Amino acid sequence: MNFDPTYRSQKFRSVGTRPRRPDGIDKVTGRARYGADFNMPGQLVGRILRSPHAHARIVRIDTARAEAVKGVKAIVTASDLPDLTNGNQSLFNILDNCMARSKVLYDGHAVAAVAAIDANAAKQALKLIEVEYEVLPHVVDVDAAMLPDAPLIDKTLFTGGVEPTPETPSNVALRSEFGHGDIESGFAQADIVVERSYRTEQTHQGYIEPHACVASCNSDGTAELWVCTQGHFVFRQTCADLLGLDVSKLRVTSSEIGGGFGGKTHVWVEPVALALSRKAGRPVKLVMSREEVFRASGPTSATSIDVKIGARKDGTITAAAANLRYTNGPYADIWAELGAMTSFACYDLENVKTVGFEVLVNRPKVAAYRAPSAPMAAFAVESTIDELAQELGMDPVEFRIQNAASEGTKSSYGPVYGPIGIGPTLEAAQSHPHVKAPLGPNQGRGMACGFWFNFGGQTCTDLNVNVDGTVTLAVGTVDVGGSRASLSLIAAEELGIAYEDVKAVVADTATLGYNDMTDGSRGTFSSSMATISAARNAIGVMRHRAALQWDIPVEDVTWEDGNAKASGEKYGNLSPLSIKEIAAASGNTGGPIAGHSEMVADGAGVSFATHICDVEVDPETGSTRIVRYTVIQDAGKAVHPAYVEGQYQGGAAQGIGWALNEEYIYGEDGRLQNPGFLDYRIPVCSDLPMIDTQILEIPNPNHPYGVRGVGETSIVPPLAAIANAISNAVGIRMTHIPMSPPRILAALNRERNQ
Amino acid sequence: MRYERPKTTAEVTNLLAGAVGRAFVLAGGTDLLVRMKSDDFEVDLVVDIKAIPSMSEISETADGFEIGAAVPCAVLGENKALVAAWPGVVEAANLIGSTQIQGRCTIAGNLCNASPAADSVPAMVAAGAHARIASPDGAKIVAVEEIPVGPGETSLKKGEFIEAILIPKRSPRSGDAYLRFIPRTEMDIAVVGAGVRLTLDEQGGIESARVALGAVGPKVVLSEEAARAIVGSKLEEAALDALAEACSAASTPIDDKRGTVEFRKHVVGVLARRAAKLAYKRAGEN
Ligand SMILES: Cc1cc2nc3c(=O)[nH]c(=O)nc-3n(C[C@H](O)[C@H](O)[C@H](O)COP(=O)(O)OP(=O)(O)OC[C@H]3O[C@@H](n4cnc5c(N)ncnc54)[C@H](O)[C@@H]3O)c2cc1C
Repeated sequence: MNFDPTYRSQKFRSVGTRPRRPDGIDKVTGRARYGADFNMPGQLVGRILRSPHAHARIVRIDTARAEAVKGVKAIVTASDLPDLTNGNQSLFNILDNCMARSKVLYDGHAVAAVAAIDANAAKQALKLIEVEYEVLPHVVDVDAAMLPDAPLIDKTLFTGGVEPTPETPSNVALRSEFGHGDIESGFAQADIVVERSYRTEQTHQGYIEPHACVASCNSDGTAELWVCTQGHFVFRQTCADLLGLDVSKLRVTSSEIGGGFGGKTHVWVEPVALALSRKAGRPVKLVMSREEVFRASGPTSATSIDVKIGARKDGTITAAAANLRYTNGPYADIWAELGAMTSFACYDLENVKTVGFEVLVNRPKVAAYRAPSAPMAAFAVESTIDELAQELGMDPVEFRIQNAASEGTKSSYGPVYGPIGIGPTLEAAQSHPHVKAPLGPNQGRGMACGFWFNFGGQTCTDLNVNVDGTVTLAVGTVDVGGSRASLSLIAAEELGIAYEDVKAVVADTATLGYNDMTDGSRGTFSSSMATISAARNAIGVMRHRAALQWDIPVEDVTWEDGNAKASGEKYGNLSPLSIKEIAAASGNTGGPIAGHSEMVADGAGVSFATHICDVEVDPETGSTRIVRYTVIQDAGKAVHPAYVEGQYQGGAAQGIGWALNEEYIYGEDGRLQNPGFLDYRIPVCSDLPMIDTQILEIPNPNHPYGVRGVGETSIVPPLAAIANAISNAVGIRMTHIPMSPPRILAALNRERNQ
Repeated sequence: MRYERPKTTAEVTNLLAGAVGRAFVLAGGTDLLVRMKSDDFEVDLVVDIKAIPSMSEISETADGFEIGAAVPCAVLGENKALVAAWPGVVEAANLIGSTQIQGRCTIAGNLCNASPAADSVPAMVAAGAHARIASPDGAKIVAVEEIPVGPGETSLKKGEFIEAILIPKRSPRSGDAYLRFIPRTEMDIAVVGAGVRLTLDEQGGIESARVALGAVGPKVVLSEEAARAIVGSKLEEAALDALAEACSAASTPIDDKRGTVEFRKHVVGVLARRAAKLAYKRAGEN
């Protein structure tokens, strides 16, 4: 059936309210089942042996002694996961990352795995697997990896995206470039040019739930996987590809998810668990420890970024340029490219150029982290913008408003914008009481803007009307932030029934068509679009049934407020048929009532935010306290405002951790020094103030209710907002994230000693 | 692994003395249990001391306070007399971990875990606390600063364990304080810690002082130089500067994931100044 996704202004009854989430009681009473809570009869314990070296050739692996341990049922190495990737480089990279083949490429790279009847036997076996390594020189720093004499991660890698292709291999996998105009002439027109270099350290998504799964391969060639994931359909595809299974033979069920933030868009241990189960002939549970999570999953890029921006005295930016170098871990990806695309997306620029370099290093494979790559680029750009405003003697908000992109602006990464929220968020900031609040001693205020693309993608949804008139909604996008509540609100709205009469579940891969994963802030955007479509289809069926019951033409039946109504004078004596009545009669009018929908949800509206932050810095210790924090972001339409606010606050909280303390610390030996929450410091509750939020609603023209994704943009401005606040508090420009106490104190002491 | 829960001190020392392999006393377990979960930690015998009644008691004696080795830190905070006499020691003990950890962790365990960053240790050292050590040959009393010898290592010999921590009676016009630096606001490990105990003369000048520093060396640092820097003063700026300088000089920290040498040497002075001021104020109120 044709579905028209165009936005239409309407009065909402359910959308915009704040009911309790359907998964709430289970979660607060401990009943919710997360990845490690699933169990099978006869299940084995899986464990992975990991490399202690940052870079080494695997000379020999001997598993004989480990196999002899009582209770050990299977041991797998790379040879148990043969290469079926058929020249597909990115799939091969996933395979190689799950189980090292000829070389280990980072501290924590998997080299073998064990399945045993209990944890003790598995642990004992791990110790008895003999791996002989030939240790190779390693490199973990992004700039060092680009030097001509750097140890090479991959000797067959020649930088792509440059003409002609270089003749010598390097660690730079790809160069990308974006922009328009002529920056040289733009800088020539500038009265003031600010140019600076910045660095950000590698951070982890820090989800509280470690990766966990149970894999069960049957002797008939079918398999099942229960897993904590952001995208079970994607996991099914990847695992089926790597194990040589038909997609239909692998059924994947997603568990509740204790945080993902991009880190669970990617398989790490799941193919290994399946390989162990296939070899052992029994189900295998594999749960990563926190140390493994840090060493071998997740992290975002470490970066080194140069920014140059020029402006006229009147505050017009004449040119802007950025060079962005992002670590990728040992496998090439497009992290710097995303940074290069997002860098200047907030601004209307005549001359702009950004260049990204994907740099391979001996660190774990980088995975998406909430608006991946954008926070670091925004840190560099928004710091420079702030400094430029200061040099111009302009208010930082005013300066940004003057240069902000708006409808019709050609963005720095190519497309021309439709209606967007950057200007409105800045104007809201300007009139927010926060910017006028007095500051105390040692305090400083900073602000910054952020952008994220948002994504739509493939979506499939089923809506079933039960005989009592209640509704079951089966969606294929994993609920990471309350989307079951939001989608129930949407179904209730469209059908005209109560929120409590809708039960939303996340269906497994065998019971619904393909869905892209919950990333790109697409969960509520795309699944709500599919839910509206499915509901409209179900309404079509119900109108038809009512017409049958009344014996009138279906064209004369309308749907209003949860009832079928016969339209027109001639049916004046027919009282409406409620959804309950139509459902009760369904057995005699044609059977079950359902609405189905499959689509590519296009037109995810781009998203913008402005953050304001006050800090207090102890000048004697360099310690920073966040005193006040305000998030202003466009949601298009906030379906469940409490969960939109939660997304705003969550992104800000993660950004605060990233800005102040979180970082991967490597030793000289290339080993990660802080793979745990004691020394990898995510914020604790008392580190954060109450984060204020303001939701703006600038409807997305491509969604029936105007919804935009809201999950990611909130992590883009914090690094810059906090850096600007700290720089203002101490009077020194901070250019290295995290701005940990030792870094701030060192900067203060340098200044004092000058 | 064998787990024992004896009812008497003698049984503990006998079990420890006769142990084959690696034996550990279990007090609150907030260090031991965490270590036991790691892959490369082996243990053959665990002797839980919590079933011995005297281990869970705080008693006030003529000489001061006797704190049983199994008394959880939360209980220290509930003991009004102890809080009044040694607020610095109690604050240090109550900084450890979180509410959940507080219900279990002990100051004897904090001491015997021998982390250079242990919070209660500089406060105990500044207070002049001692440990009563039980062994198959009888009991002996040792100054707290003699127990840790390096990261994870103590001077306790096979068969020995700490029965109680002894904190002296507070002399008149005395006060103590402990401050630590952590990058977060809680649930963190001290990057630097400083404990100060001061006794004033009738005129409000400092008659005697003990200054103990944490996380700036392989074990707690008791700095006589630092104490000398403020004895005879009323904590005038010059005395505070001298204190800070002496603390920096007494520190031999390392660069690691938790902080740099530069940072620790600077902040130890900052904290010592702040702790001294707090202790001075408290001493004046007594
Ligand atoms: C989440 C968390 C947060 C923490 N935060 C802090 C903090 O902020 N500051 C801090 O200093 N520490 C902290 N710790 C560490 C720990 O809680 C403290 O060191 C605590 O005081 C240890 O006491 P316990 O009784 O639990 O020791 P246990 O774990 O029982 O024992 C520790 C060690 O001492 C030995 N031992 C214990 N008692 C005796 C005895 N009587 N005689 C001889 N040997 C003995 C044990 O064999 C073991 O080797 C934290 C730990 C956790 C898990």
